[in-house]
Amino acid sequence: MSEQRLSRVFAALADPTRRDMVARLAAGDASVGELAAPYDVSVQAVSKHLRVLEEAGLVSRSRDAQRRPVHLEAEVFDLMTKWIERYRQAAEERYQRLDAVLAQMQQEADGEPTGRHTTQEGTAS
Amino acid sequence: MTTQAHRTEATIEADPTVPIIRITRDFAATPEQLFRAHTDPELFARWVGPDGMETTIDQWDATDGGRWRYVAGRDGESYGFRGCFHTVRPDRLVQTFTFEGMPDDVALETLTFEDLGGGITRLHAQSLCESFEGRDQWLASGMETGVNEGYAKLDALVASGRV
Repeated sequence: MSEQRLSRVFAALADPTRRDMVARLAAGDASVGELAAPYDVSVQAVSKHLRVLEEAGLVSRSRDAQRRPVHLEAEVFDLMTKWIERYRQAAEERYQRLDAVLAQMQQEADGEPTGRHTTQEGTAS
Repeated sequence: MTTQAHRTEATIEADPTVPIIRITRDFAATPEQLFRAHTDPELFARWVGPDGMETTIDQWDATDGGRWRYVAGRDGESYGFRGCFHTVRPDRLVQTFTFEGMPDDVALETLTFEDLGGGITRLHAQSLCESFEGRDQWLASGMETGVNEGYAKLDALVASGRV
């Protein structure tokens, strides 16, 4: 996914109404009228939100059916799951380094030489 | 909570209703050791990463109201991070966090060290971000890191053309 497309996805999902619409579409396709029903806004305003979601590639609308139901593009969410997983992996790598530091601290507390200088006097406060 | 299996791998949760990231991870250490690894600048610089980057501590006053700043660098590139320690307590660390490249985005980080007994401590790390957009950009930065560090398999998935 291009940098530009990612930014469009971020921008599209930064709005609470659009996030809510996406959450409802996750349960199944819906027409614009159905999507507009729970909100105190016009069908026009909802259409505008939909256009933003469509431009970000988050939803699509079928061209043939009369009511043109809105469909959530699930693979976009697969991708978002992937980048959350990557963030998790980065955190995990960081914490594996912390594991090593903690093991070294433990060795030093046990009085074993580690060949590495560390601060022993508690916190830097 | 304490009857759960140990989380030796970090788990992550992006809250759908508030712009929060929560990470949970267990360590074979005492809460005191984990606290020290987060507040002693020399120890902190050894693990904070990211991989392949050298962390240089610029300012560090781990007391209530004290400030911190560090720079992560590699191949002439450097990225500054700064914030303030709000609460520094053996079981709880609260601080602000700003990446200097996005100076208006300030995250509030709350770390708690939960003693599970048997020499295991659970770290709960919560980041409350400025906005959903900021939170999601921050999450996506993990993807950039991933690219740099060569998660070839995930790259292949993304490149497989489904999106």
